[in-house]
Amino acid sequence: MSDKNGWWSRATAVFNQNGGPWGSRDSEGAPDEPSGGPRNPWDLPPKGGKPRTGRGAASLDELQQRMRERLGGGGSGGDGGSGGGFPSIPGGPALRLGLFAILALWLIFTCFWRIAYNERGVVTRFGAYHRTLESGIGMTLPWPFEAVAKVNVTDIRELKMPMSGTNFVLTGDQNILDLDYTVRWSIADPELYKFQLADPEGTIQEVAESAMRAVVSRASFAGAVGTQRDQIEQEVRQQMTRVLAGYHSGIRIEGVAIINAVPPQEVNDAFRDVNAAQQEAQGQINNAKTYAQQVIKRAQGEAASFDKVYEQYRLAPGVTRRRMYYETMEEVLSNVDKTIVETPGVTPYLALPEMKRRLPEPPATTGGR
Amino acid sequence: MDRFLSSPTRLIFALLGVLVVIGSTLSFVPETRQGVVVRFGEPVRIINRYKVGEAIGASGAGLYARIPFAEQVAWIDKRVMSVDMDSQEVLSTDQLRLQVDAYARYRIVDPLRMYRTARTEKRLNEQLRPLLGSALRNELGKQSFAALLSPERGAVMNNIRKGLNLTASQYGVEVIDVRIKRAELPEGTPRNSAFERMRTARKLEADTLRAEGWRESQVIRANADAEAAKVYAASFGKDPSFYDFYRAMQSYRQTFISTDPKNPKAQTSIILSPGNDYLREFRGGGN
Repeated sequence: MSDKNGWWSRATAVFNQNGGPWGSRDSEGAPDEPSGGPRNPWDLPPKGGKPRTGRGAASLDELQQRMRERLGGGGSGGDGGSGGGFPSIPGGPALRLGLFAILALWLIFTCFWRIAYNERGVVTRFGAYHRTLESGIGMTLPWPFEAVAKVNVTDIRELKMPMSGTNFVLTGDQNILDLDYTVRWSIADPELYKFQLADPEGTIQEVAESAMRAVVSRASFAGAVGTQRDQIEQEVRQQMTRVLAGYHSGIRIEGVAIINAVPPQEVNDAFRDVNAAQQEAQGQINNAKTYAQQVIKRAQGEAASFDKVYEQYRLAPGVTRRRMYYETMEEVLSNVDKTIVETPGVTPYLALPEMKRRLPEPPATTGGR
Repeated sequence: MDRFLSSPTRLIFALLGVLVVIGSTLSFVPETRQGVVVRFGEPVRIINRYKVGEAIGASGAGLYARIPFAEQVAWIDKRVMSVDMDSQEVLSTDQLRLQVDAYARYRIVDPLRMYRTARTEKRLNEQLRPLLGSALRNELGKQSFAALLSPERGAVMNNIRKGLNLTASQYGVEVIDVRIKRAELPEGTPRNSAFERMRTARKLEADTLRAEGWRESQVIRANADAEAAKVYAASFGKDPSFYDFYRAMQSYRQTFISTDPKNPKAQTSIILSPGNDYLREFRGGGN
């Protein structure tokens, strides 16, 4: 009888050591324990109501010590009575050691939390939000009373849009744009992030897509491709921030970056042609400028040389004129074939050049005529 | 009692029994859920119901006890959820087609009503989807194509949200907002004709650029010619007769002197009459 009582109270004692709410219930938990029964050395009266963090370690020590005593005592309580009691079960101590180890592991793994420098631990007690652990070592009640969800609050996450394929977006002037962009975001408020949105990442993705399209639909194609990119990025970011704040999402949008805004493949050639036309037009203009330089410089050169000659000519017009005439004629006539025909009635044989050229073959010439 | 508990097997069963009773009595209400307590199929209470502006941690979440076995809790999500509409073709007032992809964000604010009408979140989602689709079509069908792309989209979205809210409130749902995710020209003819329009617009731009280049180059050339003519006139105009002579001399050199180095004499033959001015002195003083 006493033996049976012993293991029951030990069982309750094990629960007592948990430091859980069981402890407070001890008196009701074993109401049928005879008050006069032999008290097991384990069976300390519960220390009382509310469990406190930190007590776990202390009580663990006590528990261990008592365990040692108990093992050393070698079943002093158990006199090998019939059936039931722990002490009489072969391998009993090993079983208890195992239970103890499980208990210890349970406490270690569910009471102590290492929160890294970039994390916060959101603590829920019985499912309700209780507090947030800062970085460092944090302590909670063991599972299932409290649970911790770690949330990384400094990492900037990147979301690539589109996930795959092309992403056609209509611009304000009803052109189609192929748009790639990324959204960088982080968690600003771990509690809101944990509890407010059913699907945070999906939400960000949808909000990004919607905001980007809304903003691009106000921009012109040329603006979206080039000049207004910065402005579009800013506006998308603001709009996303506004929408996500409306959802109480606890998400901060760090930035939106357009990676690629290009015309779709189907019309790319036409866009290339515009570039080509630009180059061609510039080329034509350059050619014309070259021509202009040549013509003007030449005119200036010729005019300058005429002016020089004319200056001298003015000093002695008659002489200069004759000199220039003779010099020119001399040069001309000294380099050409000349024939002087005295009598007015003589008709020159005009095929002279042909004859001269064919001199090496005289018979052909005569035969020819 | 003691006798009953004396067997380890019985003890284990007893413990299990206790656990089952505890498990069916106590439940942890998480922050993210609200519960409808159902007693014999009849909803009797709501726990952790969503309240506007409620601070986290101050809600009805936490430990909750109910009558074991008689009462069950149907859990309903408390967070903002999304219903995603399948892509739909919408016809604008000016008979243009637009492929629209939209989503609505909603929250279950009346879990009891939601439980009565849809029971599970999945079914609720399935029922909201066609509602969103029809609200969207109704409203967008009243808009011109340009308005669908333009800043008025905000007002359009608001109307859709209001329209959807009217029907969705039957399910105990509050629609937070409706947004168009994608608005595209449908594949096939509409998109191809848009591409064609873009192409022709580019061609116009390209051809205009070329024509402008040509025009500008012509102007540059003409200006240069004019400038040259001015320079010539300013210089040669000082003595036209001398210019005539001077230029003639230059021209003779240019035309009559062979520039072919192989055959310097072969190019030109000149037949001179003795009366030629060059031969005046050749005749011997007969002025």
